[in-house]
Amino acid sequence: MTTTTEGGAAPAKARHGVNLHVLGPILALIALVIVGALMNSNFLSAGNVTNVLARSAFIGIIAVGMTFVITAGGLDLSVGSMAAFIAGLMILVMNLALPSMGVGLPVMLLGIATALVAGLVAGWINGILITTMRIEAFIVTLGTMGIYRSLVTWLADGGTLSLDFGLRTALQPLYYSGILGISWPIIVFAIVAIIGEVVMRMTAFGRYCAAIGSNDQVARYSSVNVNRMRLYTYVGLGLLVGIATIMYVPRLGSASSATGVLWELEAIAAVIIGGTVLKGGFGRVWGTVIGVLILSLIGNILNLTDAVSPYLNGAIQGVIIVLAVILQRESKAGD
Amino acid sequence: MASQTISQPRLALRSVDRSFGPVQVLHGIDIDLRPGEVHALIGENGAGKSTAMKIMTGYLAPTGGTVELDGKPVRFGSSETAEAQGVVLIHQEFNLAEQLTVEENVFLGRELRRGLFLDKAAMRRKTAGWLSELRCRVAPTDRVSDISNPDKQLVEIAKALGRDAKVIVMDEPTAVLTNSEAEALFEQIDRLRSEGAAILFTSHKLDEVKRISDRITVMRDGVVVTTKPTSEMSEDQMAEAMVGRELKDLYPVRRGALSETPALQVEGLTVPGHAEDVSFTLRQGEILGIAGLIGSGRTEAMEGLVGLRRHTGRVRIGGQDATIRTPKEAQELGLVYLTEDRKSRGLVLNMGLRENLTLTSLRQFAKPLLDRRAEEEALTKAIRDFDIRTPARDTLAKNLSGGNQQKLLIAKTMLAEPKIVIIDEPTRGIDIGTKQQIYDFIHRLAAEGTSVIVISSELPEVIGLSDRVLVMRRGRMAGEVAGADKTEDAIVRLAMGLGAASREEEPA
Ligand SMILES: Nc1ncnc2c1ncn2[C@@H]1O[C@H](COP(=O)(O)OP(=O)(O)OP(=O)(O)O)[C@@H](O)[C@H]1O
Ligand SMILES: [Mg+2]
Repeated sequence: MTTTTEGGAAPAKARHGVNLHVLGPILALIALVIVGALMNSNFLSAGNVTNVLARSAFIGIIAVGMTFVITAGGLDLSVGSMAAFIAGLMILVMNLALPSMGVGLPVMLLGIATALVAGLVAGWINGILITTMRIEAFIVTLGTMGIYRSLVTWLADGGTLSLDFGLRTALQPLYYSGILGISWPIIVFAIVAIIGEVVMRMTAFGRYCAAIGSNDQVARYSSVNVNRMRLYTYVGLGLLVGIATIMYVPRLGSASSATGVLWELEAIAAVIIGGTVLKGGFGRVWGTVIGVLILSLIGNILNLTDAVSPYLNGAIQGVIIVLAVILQRESKAGD
Repeated sequence: MASQTISQPRLALRSVDRSFGPVQVLHGIDIDLRPGEVHALIGENGAGKSTAMKIMTGYLAPTGGTVELDGKPVRFGSSETAEAQGVVLIHQEFNLAEQLTVEENVFLGRELRRGLFLDKAAMRRKTAGWLSELRCRVAPTDRVSDISNPDKQLVEIAKALGRDAKVIVMDEPTAVLTNSEAEALFEQIDRLRSEGAAILFTSHKLDEVKRISDRITVMRDGVVVTTKPTSEMSEDQMAEAMVGRELKDLYPVRRGALSETPALQVEGLTVPGHAEDVSFTLRQGEILGIAGLIGSGRTEAMEGLVGLRRHTGRVRIGGQDATIRTPKEAQELGLVYLTEDRKSRGLVLNMGLRENLTLTSLRQFAKPLLDRRAEEEALTKAIRDFDIRTPARDTLAKNLSGGNQQKLLIAKTMLAEPKIVIIDEPTRGIDIGTKQQIYDFIHRLAAEGTSVIVISSELPEVIGLSDRVLVMRRGRMAGEVAGADKTEDAIVRLAMGLGAASREEEPA
């Protein structure tokens, strides 16, 4: 067929009950869990499961924000560098404040506030450039991606910024402790995902994002403040990058030019694997969560088995991403 | 008119069925297209005209029955196969590559070459030739995204001319054209007919059908009701065959006196590049028509008024000064604009009916979470009140027929409960029976105290519907007619800036 339709497309409903587009990611996740369990008896142990989830949390929190940006027809390539820069800034501020404030809650709150504000501001800058200045999202965030990466390298003077050891010990509970044996990153990821899902499906903002991504002219003519909504998606994403960084810093206690490398691609990949349409117009937060889990499970399984070299992790993830997009198209072609 | 020799049909549908999922929309359709004949397909919105046309031209496959080309059954696997055999469809919705130039679109997929390279000069020359035959004023090098809707329509037709088509199927080609543009198109159709092409077209403008066609097929609810020579059907008979009931008194008459309270006062409204110094007053419960040629700045002035374009000027709503920078601010003041361009500005085609219906007034449904039940109720009410004929409640907006999309768009606008509503081309692509419903509806609105501005290119409509008609010309107010002066002649004179003698025509 050569008929063209404009804008993004909601996936077609399959005619015969099952809907591959909805089931695909879930089935893939289940298959991975079965494969993992068969290959290594440790796979389903509480320790391993917690480990996988905690590692997924950083990308996961960011990917939830990315889902909104992509659904509204945007893109953000800068999140990895942004995380590195925020981490560097947070460490620097805390180290500087340490002599006057001493180790304790005030310094930690200062660090947390720094990360949140930096995230908000960074997201706002991206958003303003894209909406008010009308520059392509790809170009803007490619630019800020380079800027933040270079800023963190400069802050670290080409090396590594390390958090004061005492502070690091004080902050560690942010990553390692939690409630009922579930660590904070997992809890926060779960909360963010649930809020994200509710916002996407059940609020005016979520509906507006989909409408804007599908056809921003229609949204404009329907009294939607398109620029403001788009700006919100970038600010929200920046804030989530800040939140992820707050928990990431205590884990390693340092930031360098290698921090957060390729996070943007993993986050975007998770969003797409989860069934959100890259062109915008349709987004699914729960799908993104599954996408993140699929990506980290692949890494985990490769690490636990000797059958395939862990160095092939990237290759396998790449194949999965391409497969996910083909699957999206197949289910649309049945339209 | 072409003679009625019973030549063999060039293209024919033989008891064609078509279903979408469980819903059957065509039931055993038979249509013959003969060489040298213009055939009109008419019917209500959703009767199945577009679907039949898509089946003839390879865009859709029939689920039953056959398509015959020169007497032999064919299966067009795709629209390209059909085009290769000289069968082209000109879409109801445009099918042009927006980012390419006009000439690139006209020659898309069959570019002329000289050796290894494209023969741009030849393509430009030929395109310019076809465009000037159609009296289309765009340049072959203009980008399609920059040209107006009627020009896009003409480019689509130029594209078909360039394809040497033997069978040309046109889905509502005149819906976005002015009378004079439509006349230019009809001259081309006359020429193509005399050269032996078989032509099928649809239109909801029955006078055009009378003017240009040789035979008429009437469809209702997916079946062919009748096929007759045009000479044997009057416009009234056509309308009745389509709707299945007698139609009279298309335009309702105002009952009761008009209030003197001004609802909207506009002074010196200027939209840079489009409209200058536009002033008028709209009274409460009044229906004010705005006429003018396409390109006279009517749409742009109103888009400026509601904050869709930059504008200056003084606006008072209900006597209060109002600053309107965005459509949202306008809506908060009770002022809403309904676009003429439903496909690219009115509806999100890839979203469902419910999502489209509530988009403008979504805040009413957010408490703070969206009240799904209330949205569904609104949809039920809209389907009933506006008689939206949909194959299913949960279908996407793009699956509605053109006229039913228009009804959905009106329902969507009215859900915002405007006190002042500006309706740009209220009945574009709408069948005559539904037109009457919409006119009744507008009158009911006005009787309830809503003030209505109607922009329309159809003079009988703007005259029949409104209390007063403003005429715009070249971005300025050219005059106002009311009462007994409200005649087509008076409006046309104002729109063209004519004193007594008529000379050349206003550039559109
Ligand atoms: N892809 C589709 N999926 C489901 N239903 C469809 C699809 N396309 C068309 N329909 C339905 O088929 C019926 C006929 O539609 P069609 O577009 O042929 O009407 P039409 O006669 O061209 O009407 P109009 O005058 O409003 O353009 C309508 O009820 C429409 O909703
Ligand atoms: Mg149609």
